[in-house]
Amino acid sequence: MDSINLRARDEAFIREVEKESGQNISTCYQCGNCTAGCPCGPVYDLQVNQIMRAIQLGDKKTVLEAASPWLCVSCSTCSARCPNDIDVARVMDTVRHIGRREGKTKYVINAFWDSFLQTVRFCGRSYELGIMALFMLRTGRFYTDLDLAPRMLPKKKMPYLPHLIRGKAAVSRIFKRFNDMQQYDD
Amino acid sequence: MKFAYYPGCSGKGTSVEYEISTKAVCSALGIYLQELADWSCCGSTPAHATDTLLSAALSARNLSLAAEAMKQSGATKLATPCPSCLANLKTARHHMANQEFRRKVDKLLDSPCPPLGPKGEEPLPETYSILQLLVEDYGLENIAAKVTRPLKGLKIAPYYGCLLSRPAPIMQFDDPENPTSMDRLLEALGAEVVPFPLKTECCGAAMGIPRRDITARLSARLLDAATTFGADMIAVACPLCHMNLDLRQEQAAKASGVSYDMPVLYFTQLMGIALGLPDSDLALDKLSVSPAAALQKIGKEISA
Ligand code: SF4
Ligand code: SF4
Repeated sequence: MDSINLRARDEAFIREVEKESGQNISTCYQCGNCTAGCPCGPVYDLQVNQIMRAIQLGDKKTVLEAASPWLCVSCSTCSARCPNDIDVARVMDTVRHIGRREGKTKYVINAFWDSFLQTVRFCGRSYELGIMALFMLRTGRFYTDLDLAPRMLPKKKMPYLPHLIRGKAAVSRIFKRFNDMQQYDD
Repeated sequence: MKFAYYPGCSGKGTSVEYEISTKAVCSALGIYLQELADWSCCGSTPAHATDTLLSAALSARNLSLAAEAMKQSGATKLATPCPSCLANLKTARHHMANQEFRRKVDKLLDSPCPPLGPKGEEPLPETYSILQLLVEDYGLENIAAKVTRPLKGLKIAPYYGCLLSRPAPIMQFDDPENPTSMDRLLEALGAEVVPFPLKTECCGAAMGIPRRDITARLSARLLDAATTFGADMIAVACPLCHMNLDLRQEQAAKASGVSYDMPVLYFTQLMGIALGLPDSDLALDKLSVSPAAALQKIGKEISA
C-alpha cells in the first residue's frame, strides 16, 4: 500500500509550498538553469531543478527526505537565472521551513542554526563564542575550527563576553511568542 | 548627510575592521552615521532558514527602532554595511507590505511596527547598503574629489558576493549578475580593476562551521580566479565573504592544494587609504593575510 501512496500527488503540499514561497511552481519547465549555476550542486543528493520537479509532482516525501535544502547556502544564483522569474532560493527556504515543522532537522546545519538563534534569544545579539560552544555540545565536534584559533585570538576579534542589550527580554519574547504560535498551529 | 545606522553583530566581532573603517570613511566624508540605540540581531541566515515570520519579526524590531530614531534625528535613510543584515531587513519590509503577514509579525512584537505607506514610503524605513549610499547618494565624483592618495598601481579584484544585489526584486541595486558599483568606486580611488568573472559567485557563506568542505572549495575557486587575473588583492563588501577568503584562506589552500597569499580588504579600508586616513583608523592589523606588501605598490608605476 505504502509504495503506491508514496508517489500519490500531494496537492496540499504543492499549495503549501506555493502559498508560503509566493512562487508559481507550475511555471518551471525544467530548463536546468538553476542547477547549472548552483554552487552546491556537487554536494546535493537531489539537484535544485529536481527538487522543483518533485514539488510539481506533489512528491512530498522525496522533497522532505532530500539533504540538498539543508546544504543550500541561499546565494540566490538560481533565482537570478531562472527564465521564469521563479525565486527558487525562496522555494528552497520554504522547503526548509516545512521540513523543520515536520521534524526533518537532523543535519549538522540545524545544530549550527539552532545554536546561533539560541544566543540571539538570550543575549539579543548573536554571540560567536557562545555559538561555537553550543554547536560543539550539540554535535560533539569539539575540533571545529580549532585550526583558526592561532590566527583569530591574537587579532582580538572575538569578544569573550556577549553583548547583552537592554532589549534582550523583548527579543526573547519574540522567540517565545513564535514558539507558542507554532504550537497552536500544529 | 545623516543616516540611521545598523552595524550588525559581526561588526562588533569578526568584521570589526569593516565597522571601524566604515565609520572612519563616513566621518572623513562628512556623513553622519547615527547608530540605532539598543539594536538587536536580524537573525541572519539561521532565522530566515527557520521561518519567514520569525526572521521578519527580528528585523521588524530594528526597523521600528529606526523609524523612531529617524523621526527624532531627521536622518534620511537607514544604512548597514552587512549584506546579510541588509537582505533580512529588506526582505522583512518587502513582506510586510502584505497586511496579513504584517498582522502576524505585529503579534510577535511587544508593540506593532509603524505602518508602511501604500506606495511603500515611510515611516517603516527601507534599508540601504553603505556601498549603495556612497555610490549613489554621496556620488563617485564627490568621492574622487577627496582622494589624496590615489591607489595607482594597485590591481584589485572586486568581489561582491551573492547577497548584495540578489534577489533583484527585493535588493533593487545594481545588476544581479554583473554588478559594477564597486568597480567604479575602486576606479574613482585610482585603482586598476581587474576583470573578475566570479563577482557574484558564492563563497560558501555560513557553511564554514558546519561544512567547511563546501566553503573551502568555493573560496578556493575565488582565490584561484583572483590570482589568475593578476589581482594584488580582493576587495569585498561582506563580513562572511571576508571571513571565508581571509581568515579561512589556509583552509581553502588545503582544499585546492595551492598556497595563496592574497590580501582581502573591505572596500571601506581601501577608501580610507585613498582618502589618506591613518592605518589605525582602518584596522588593517585585524586582517589575517597582511596587505603590507601589496600596498607598497601604490604610487609605483611598474613598467612591464
Ligand atoms: S531555472 Fe527556473 S524554469 Fe529552469 S529548471 Fe530551474 S526553476 Fe525550473
Ligand atoms: S540558493 Fe541554494 S539552490 Fe539556489 S543556487 Fe544558491 S545554493 Fe543553489
